[in-house]
Amino acid sequence: MDVERIRRDFPIFNRKFHGHPLAYLDSAASSQKPTVVIEAEREFYEQRNANVHRGVYGLSEEATDAYEKARERVARFLHARDPQEIVFVRGTTEALNVVASGLGQTRLREGGRVVTTVMEHHSNIVPWHMLRERAGIDLRFIDIDDDGRLRLDGYDDALDGSAKVVTLSHVSNVLGTVNPVREVADRAHDSGALVVVDAAQSAPHRPLDVEALGADFVAFSGHKTLAPMGIGVLWGRAELLRELPPYMGGGEMIRSVHTDRVDYADPPARFEAGTPNVAGACALSVALDYLERVGWDDMAAHEHQLLERAFRLAAERFDGTIRIYGPPLSEPHDAVLSFSVQGVHPHDVATILDREGLAIRSGHHCAQPLMNRLNVPALNRASVYLYNTAEEIDRLFGALEKVNKVFAA
Amino acid sequence: MAYDMYQERILQHYRTPKNFGKLDHPDFSGEESNPLCGDRIRFELKLDPSKSTVAEVRFSGEGCAISMASASMLTQKLAGQPLAAVEKISRDDVLQLVAIPLSPVRVKCALTGFTALGRAIHGAPASADPAQA
Repeated sequence: MDVERIRRDFPIFNRKFHGHPLAYLDSAASSQKPTVVIEAEREFYEQRNANVHRGVYGLSEEATDAYEKARERVARFLHARDPQEIVFVRGTTEALNVVASGLGQTRLREGGRVVTTVMEHHSNIVPWHMLRERAGIDLRFIDIDDDGRLRLDGYDDALDGSAKVVTLSHVSNVLGTVNPVREVADRAHDSGALVVVDAAQSAPHRPLDVEALGADFVAFSGHKTLAPMGIGVLWGRAELLRELPPYMGGGEMIRSVHTDRVDYADPPARFEAGTPNVAGACALSVALDYLERVGWDDMAAHEHQLLERAFRLAAERFDGTIRIYGPPLSEPHDAVLSFSVQGVHPHDVATILDREGLAIRSGHHCAQPLMNRLNVPALNRASVYLYNTAEEIDRLFGALEKVNKVFAA
Repeated sequence: MAYDMYQERILQHYRTPKNFGKLDHPDFSGEESNPLCGDRIRFELKLDPSKSTVAEVRFSGEGCAISMASASMLTQKLAGQPLAAVEKISRDDVLQLVAIPLSPVRVKCALTGFTALGRAIHGAPASADPAQA
């Protein structure tokens, strides 16, 4: 994999901050975009812009065709049986809200148990809390061990033979832990529960196989997978999508509307009220093509090498003042490195790193229950993607030495 | 800008904050947290017998260098002051006290202690359970 060539595909790497070339180590928050994706968005508006599924004129047909081809492309990425199982939404957050809200009117209407994990992003906690408030569901959290692995020894107790939904992240946005989704799903199904998978952090790094995962619903965001902001995907098993009530009402999601009643369209249209982000869907399709051309395995190997370098530098050069959170690299661990610097608040770390042209995330990472579990107010997180380089990792640790120097007593 | 922010004056207050800790029976206490960064600062004040002048002040909690240093500097300004003068302290006074260039996000950090102080003197009297902090 030729990283220098890949970097030339991303115009943003021409930018400098405080006189340093941008070292972007926050792709877990949002990835940068290659020219082909930016051009795809532009091409739609320059050549194909019209509303979809409405006009009978040629331009609208082209727009509709492009949108539905994007749906097919995403179905291939997810190894879904049928493109009609792909719902375009704004992002993972909306996808999870569609599922939680829908189940809240069906299987969870009278309450019932929902099992999640303490490592979830708020987008996979808050919609369920809203159901707790609205429908009185009983929300249970699976704990983690001190290295950030799910503690499945407590899982059967949490399921209790009566759980209706199990919802978990495929990969933790803070710890990098790759969760054993298949095992969790099999045990959930044995106990009669549906399985919802937040794939926001895994989709950028590997093609997903919804069947192999054993999931019933899968959500991911375009903007973390090189695509624009405002486009994302909910996949659901056809029969489950059919039983789900709509999330928003409006045009496009109906079969017929009368003054005394409304008949809803079948999925996916039922969940796509209003004018969708067609340009975003086309650009997502192009982003997935781009990632496939780079090669998923090469990309994963590259990212793993960068993490290995980071772990090694942290251990060798910092005399125990840098603490890394999450499982060791000998175990499944994706693309993120969360750490604390002894005696220095993460925001101070990130401010000094910014001065060196390094963009990392600092804060609670939308995972406050996890911060509480780890007993930290906040953490630093560097995340890597296909375009990051070994030199950027070296710059990161060089800058962390400056942090220690600034704060040394 | 980062290095202007982390001047020795600021770092001194961060490493060895003034008036850090708690009071036994404060007349006023207030807390502010910044959920974005997980910072949490509590201010406690004790008045003199006339109940018009600040006799003692302490702050506690955890935060970044900017929020901790700012709170520490603020406590130095309070002891011996008439309560009426403390009530008049403005956010600009605090930013002048801190006197470092701050981005909009970090201005919030510099004002965390000030907001806790405001809660203490304008909000409810000291909570019965200081251990909560």
